[in-house]
Amino acid sequence: MTETTVASPGSPGGSPDKAPPPGGGHNGLGLARFRDLALVPAILVLIVVGALIEPAFLSADNLTNVLQQQTELSLLVLAEAIILIAGKFDLSLESTVGLAPALGVALVIPAASNGLGTDLPVALGVPICLLIGMLVGAFNALLILRFKLSAFIVTLGMLIVLRGLQIGFTGGQNLFALPESFLYLGNARWLGLPASVWICAVAYAAGIVTLGYFRHGRAVYAIGGNADAARAAGVRTDRVMWTVFVVAGLLAALAGLLMTGRLGSVAAAQGDGMIFTVFAAAVIGGISLDGGKGTLFGALCGVLVLGLINNILTLAGVSAQWIQAIYGGIILIALMLARLTTGKAQD
Amino acid sequence: MMSPSAIPAVEARNITKRFGATTALADAGIVIAEGETHALVGRNGAGKSTLVSILTGLQRPDTGEVRFAGQLAPPLADRDGWRRQVACVYQKSTIIPTLSVAENLFLNRQSAGGPINWRSLRSRANELLDQYGVAVDAGRMAGDLDVEQRQLLEIARALSFGARFIILDEPTAQLDGPAIERLFDRMRALREQGVTMMFISHHLEEVYRVCQSVTVFRDARHVLTSAVDDLPHDELVAAMTGEAAAGYQARARTTSTAAPTVLTAEKLTMAGRFQEVDLTVRAGEIVGIAGSGSSGKVGLAEALVGLRVPDSGTVTVNGTRTRPGDVASALRAGLGFVPQDRHKEGFVPLLSIGENATMPIAHKLGRFGAVSPSRRRARAEKMIEDLAIKTTGPAQPVQDLSGGNAQKVVMARALADDPTALVVIDPTAGVDVRAKQALLGAVEDAAERGAGAVLVSDELDDLRICDRVVVMFHGRIVKEVPRGWADAELVAVMEGVDAR
Repeated sequence: MTETTVASPGSPGGSPDKAPPPGGGHNGLGLARFRDLALVPAILVLIVVGALIEPAFLSADNLTNVLQQQTELSLLVLAEAIILIAGKFDLSLESTVGLAPALGVALVIPAASNGLGTDLPVALGVPICLLIGMLVGAFNALLILRFKLSAFIVTLGMLIVLRGLQIGFTGGQNLFALPESFLYLGNARWLGLPASVWICAVAYAAGIVTLGYFRHGRAVYAIGGNADAARAAGVRTDRVMWTVFVVAGLLAALAGLLMTGRLGSVAAAQGDGMIFTVFAAAVIGGISLDGGKGTLFGALCGVLVLGLINNILTLAGVSAQWIQAIYGGIILIALMLARLTTGKAQD
Repeated sequence: MMSPSAIPAVEARNITKRFGATTALADAGIVIAEGETHALVGRNGAGKSTLVSILTGLQRPDTGEVRFAGQLAPPLADRDGWRRQVACVYQKSTIIPTLSVAENLFLNRQSAGGPINWRSLRSRANELLDQYGVAVDAGRMAGDLDVEQRQLLEIARALSFGARFIILDEPTAQLDGPAIERLFDRMRALREQGVTMMFISHHLEEVYRVCQSVTVFRDARHVLTSAVDDLPHDELVAAMTGEAAAGYQARARTTSTAAPTVLTAEKLTMAGRFQEVDLTVRAGEIVGIAGSGSSGKVGLAEALVGLRVPDSGTVTVNGTRTRPGDVASALRAGLGFVPQDRHKEGFVPLLSIGENATMPIAHKLGRFGAVSPSRRRARAEKMIEDLAIKTTGPAQPVQDLSGGNAQKVVMARALADDPTALVVIDPTAGVDVRAKQALLGAVEDAAERGAGAVLVSDELDDLRICDRVVVMFHGRIVKEVPRGWADAELVAVMEGVDAR
């Protein structure tokens, strides 16, 4: 590399008064880290409040329960967060949660149990389910990247189409006769914790490491921050985006699989309405809807905050008819608090 | 300097590039000698940007070839190959605001492979910044940097690929006076290191200050290449416009001290921007406001029109006290304005010229909230004619216009209601010579019709049309000079060298 020195002693570059001395950089990064941790105090407060309201809250059973109930949501938030950081949208994730396991199940069970009559080998069920998630992601990517359609409208259309497909081929029925393989992940316990919690932990760890410490992960941030600049720096933006959409579809199918196992059936409305909570958790967790900003750890904290609130409301005996309104109100308040603590306008 | 036989650092020959029906470059070219700073000038639409994208390997010419130091340019797909040959600081920032300075510097090459070591990345970045004398800490968010620092970051990043040829595409457009000086110092230092540069600017005096040779493009064609010293200012302008045109001649005008006051600011204060500013503008008078980027002059003008809310003080337009921070009340009182950033506050890009230009007077173009399309069309056509806007007609969206013509639409909007007070901020930023004349002429026309105008500008040439110029320094008016001032006198006050 050719070395060129511009620094002449008499001409300090930039505005020296504005730039902290080298080493002050640790402050800068420390502050960024601090923003990631902004929700940790909120989580602690919620745990204290929960313990005060109901001593049973702190029991290992209840806390495990909170975690397990949030696993499906957290996988969706993981998927959505990566897409949002890359500066795009995906509303169709919630329909994938229903369609992927439903189709996977219907292809392997006999027609008598509401199957499609194809009777594929049962061992193929789970791989098919995950593959469908990836195909949905790839189809979204095709429309958004190749045909340059608006991500919002494309995925809104897909949300409706996928839900409609599921209702169409199941005849609006719930699928009960599930093969053992579909039940395993949602029920198994590994090392004393539900398998789904481990799966989530691994997925988040992989996501955090990839987005934080690998070139291709950083490319997601670069694309969301300024796609033209990323392209100019040699990032293969389309390839990265295809990967992001396919991975998101895969995560949504995995979430559907966990939910199927936990509930023991595939409901016709499985996943219905989850996308709103997904966005709320992501935004509360500091993910910008404009792209390029936020961390997966923050998003995970957003999930935990919402999960704890939900659990506390249930334990506090809030009437089921009111729980939705209160839950929604709390989401709005959390957003306002997030706006106040970060001090910047919400995007 | 160099022997004529030396192989030029950069040559683009017989380049033709068409986009559909329009020819962006017709058999044009440029030859830049090793180690020189070469200016590329031309009016908007002359083909400068197309040449930049061809020289940086972002677009392929239809015909013609590009050579670096005698070697054919690498294929388009070989981005790294291009980056070793040529670096470009684009008009549009390619810094990603949400990432740190260090990451921006090493974007997509944060590690050789495997996980990124943030600590070493940051120290590598600090080393690089030190090497180029950029006093910015690598750990900061790039979005927190000011325009000048971002530009230095881009230059350091560009050079870090090992390129010995840099294109600077209108680098001074967004910088204030002292920052431009520092940029020029840096460019001279780079030249001493043997870096070859192509410099694009609308400000011809800058060409004379930092460049050794200049190439002029007009209407997609190469017009001339010459040593800067051999080309007088008038001839350069003539080459750009295709006609002999001198710089803008301010008209003679007398303002009567008995003329009524149309715009007054009293003890206007906004913390951190300007303090206790008193300003009086009479009918038929143009008052210039000069000052450096931190002088608060733009903030003051924005407070006058209601784009900013001052902490205290009053603004009076035609005897009516306007509500602070309320643009509508200022407009009702008879004020028109051209905002600093036309893309942000000047126009709605997707709407037509007609709709943009008549926006403030829409209520006069029909009854009961309806807008009559035919009346709007008639008004817009008149505006297009008055300001010589180059367009296919009033229905054309403003986003399709060149910078100068878009700015004329903004000026048309400001003048739509025949304002008695006019506030114009940086009207000639990023527009070419002829558009500049039309825009300044429009301000003078308004003054002749009896409007009082405030003109804020970084361009001393623009301020020549003013009857008097007030100079701001650190938020206060420190001096007022009548028409006929000398550049040096004004600059000294602006930089705080002579504050009395």
